[in-house]
Amino acid sequence: MGKVRIDFRVNGSAHSVDSYPMARLLDVLRGQIGLTGTKEGCGEGECGACSVLLNGELVNSCLVPVLQVAGCEILTVEGLAENGRLHPLQQAFAETGGAQCGICTPGMILAARQLLDRFPHPTDQQIRIGLAGNLCRCTGYQKIFDAVRRAATIGSG
Amino acid sequence: MFQTVGKPVPRKEGRQKVTGESKYVDDISFPGMLHGVTVRSPLPRGRIRNIEFAGDLPWHEFTIVTAQDIPGENYVALIVDDQPYLAAEFVNHAEEPVLLLAHPDKYLVEKARCAVHLDIEPLPPIFTIEASLAKEQIVWGTDNVLKTFTVEKGAVDDVWADAAHIVEGEYRTGAQEQLYIEPNGIIAIANPEEGITIWGSMQCPYYIHKALLKPFQLPPEKIRVIQMETGGAFGGKEEYPSILAGHAALLAWKSGKPVKMIYDRAEDMAATTKRHPSRTRIRAAVSPEGKLLGLDIEFVIDGGAYATLSSVVLSRGTIHAAGPYNCPNVRIRSKAVATNAPPHGAFRGFGAPQSIFALERHMNKVARVLGIAPEEFRRRNFLHTGETTATGQTIREAIDLEALLDRALELSDYHAKTKAFAKENERSRVKKGIGFSSFMHGAGFTGSGERYLESIAGVEATADGRARILVSSTEIGQGTNTILAQIAAETLGIDYDCVDLAQPDTSEVPNSGPTVASRTCMVVGKLVESAAIGLKQTLVNAGLLEENNFAEACARYIAEFGPLKSFRQYQAPPGIFWDDETYRGDAYGAFAWAVYVAEVSVDTLTYEIKVNDFVALQEIGRVIHPVLAAGQIEGGVAQGIGYAVFENVVWKDGRMANSQMTNYIMPTSVDVPDIRVYFAENPYAYGPLGAKGIGELPMDGPAPAVLNAIENAIGVAVNEIPLMPEMLMEDLRVEAAVG
Repeated sequence: MGKVRIDFRVNGSAHSVDSYPMARLLDVLRGQIGLTGTKEGCGEGECGACSVLLNGELVNSCLVPVLQVAGCEILTVEGLAENGRLHPLQQAFAETGGAQCGICTPGMILAARQLLDRFPHPTDQQIRIGLAGNLCRCTGYQKIFDAVRRAATIGSG
Repeated sequence: MFQTVGKPVPRKEGRQKVTGESKYVDDISFPGMLHGVTVRSPLPRGRIRNIEFAGDLPWHEFTIVTAQDIPGENYVALIVDDQPYLAAEFVNHAEEPVLLLAHPDKYLVEKARCAVHLDIEPLPPIFTIEASLAKEQIVWGTDNVLKTFTVEKGAVDDVWADAAHIVEGEYRTGAQEQLYIEPNGIIAIANPEEGITIWGSMQCPYYIHKALLKPFQLPPEKIRVIQMETGGAFGGKEEYPSILAGHAALLAWKSGKPVKMIYDRAEDMAATTKRHPSRTRIRAAVSPEGKLLGLDIEFVIDGGAYATLSSVVLSRGTIHAAGPYNCPNVRIRSKAVATNAPPHGAFRGFGAPQSIFALERHMNKVARVLGIAPEEFRRRNFLHTGETTATGQTIREAIDLEALLDRALELSDYHAKTKAFAKENERSRVKKGIGFSSFMHGAGFTGSGERYLESIAGVEATADGRARILVSSTEIGQGTNTILAQIAAETLGIDYDCVDLAQPDTSEVPNSGPTVASRTCMVVGKLVESAAIGLKQTLVNAGLLEENNFAEACARYIAEFGPLKSFRQYQAPPGIFWDDETYRGDAYGAFAWAVYVAEVSVDTLTYEIKVNDFVALQEIGRVIHPVLAAGQIEGGVAQGIGYAVFENVVWKDGRMANSQMTNYIMPTSVDVPDIRVYFAENPYAYGPLGAKGIGELPMDGPAPAVLNAIENAIGVAVNEIPLMPEMLMEDLRVEAAVG
């Protein structure tokens, strides 16, 4: 099957890409749109490094064929800061030590963003379960939990 | 008293990491770039008979590299030059690289990889320490032995006759995958005129630099290695990137085009290094008063098919094998042996987690035989200031391990929980337990290692009063950029925000040594501190530096004399001596000391093991950055818990059968307990502003603490990790059968 034109929005901007319909959203974002903040860690939907929000839902972009996002709204890590001002989650991850090597961080922040959308003041257990699809090998997760708690405070303050 | 040190200043590259702006190797590309892949041996041992290019593919479009295409010598320079970049005739492990392919289309090159058929005549392989020791096949050298060490203290042969108790045990640890979330990756541009430039994910730019000299027959100035932002490493990007960089450079050399090679997860897990599996046998002689009289330890690690770093992993494991105990008579005999597994390599802890697991399980066993509490047995045998380690190193620092132990037990509510669990467990299907480990970890290269390295670090000042640190030490998540900037800022008396770091690029920065061995803070940090002092002294000697005029002084100095740079080279602290022949002396400049306490529950129906609480108390000298330091401990503890009860490398015919994140399970956010981190600060006289090493320490203690807790919970001693539920089920069945 040849390439097809697919229209969707990324971080509020309209994009029209010519792509194989089964191309991974991850590759289209990184290779065709040039948004390299979304990372590949495993390519099989286990690590969550490629997490993005698709119409507000957290998905592994390595498992999403680009065909499926026609007409959809995608949010990547590049779309979080506004006019150079960090999103409360980005600020909290930077301050609490939630980012070490940084490779899981974009996906982790998007998972946290969706968690806080659902539970603006999450319990510790909700944080743990909400982030369970995103692996981090550096932090042992403790500082990530701190970051989410702090962002919840900033967000409501 | 400090302006910057001890404060949670923002991570230098933190903003770029949380916005997605940081550039990792796979985030950059070059015009005309090709994508490279590796064709690997499916067999663990054999002779290559033929290579067939099958399938309906435009083979003429591909750049194809075999061993014959290597312009110079075909080995990866490390310690022993035994590992080829590409197998020429024989393969010695599964996944051994045989052939390289490159093509502009990364999907087509993947198809082509599958279409190359290697015809290999099988030779009989060996896969276990026992098979290697028994020389069932000779797969390396004349006897399969990659390295041996013997450490002797006192006269261990004389203690057995008079010992009140002699306790023996055998302990095993499995392989473990580093599982950095960013797989290995390199981009190379290479041609005979301009030489080679490498961009990549790595710990040690100068290791790659050295490794490329011989295969390409180039002078050092024609090789340039640049570290990109690196998405975790843990030892897994210490030596392996030298191979990958060589491969990318070979493809680039032959094609004349930039070549990118990024491993996918399965390839990274199956083909790159893992932690060495080990077997430790311990025989302990104990006096009637519960004092250790003698320790006879045999420590063996499986090095895999080539020597790589096994000799130094073995060294660290050997030196740590007798732990933080004052034992007058010790013999440690150790061996690294070859098998037909892919070479095992560096992983946080570097041999120490293996031998410490054995000893800390054995200490509990001896205590049980003696009928005393495990904490009491440790107390009777702890090292004190002025006493000597197994290598005869006199502890000069003021240490108080009894106090460390007492505090850790108090913080974890150990005594009350021990009692409460014993009572609760009588009526409960889920058994709870609590256990601990006490241990030490030496910072910096072992023995004479730092003297041989002769590391250099520099600090440069600019006319606007900013300082720039010049080191090849890499930021791999652990905080190199931040802590070195703190040390420089503190020493120069300037703001933390006024300190920058040069990107590690061998054409710009001196060789400050590899980013390994918990040496970056203690050793490189000290060099940065010394270089900063030198820079200040230059300004003072020029009559320019007064109070609070650093920027002005720099501007005037540079206007008058030119560039302002200060470099320092490593010098051993006074009174440090090591004998490589006898393996005696001061093994490390300083040790970090720790007591870790784990609380677990074991479901006796499902055999599920959960770690419910974790206390990590350590003394690492001065804490430079409290948040980063705690982050190091928490991350190490999580990896250690994984090592103990989650992470099982399944081997099938010498290949990793579960090379996916789907079936090799590392701890997730729901698997880790609250990890409660505490520091006891005891500034070290020869560390930068009093700091020692920290990175590897937290990998050493969790596994024995968790297994000690499991024994406390179920009353069954398990002496092998990883302990998976199905293995525990088997152990409990055996226990029930034999009563």
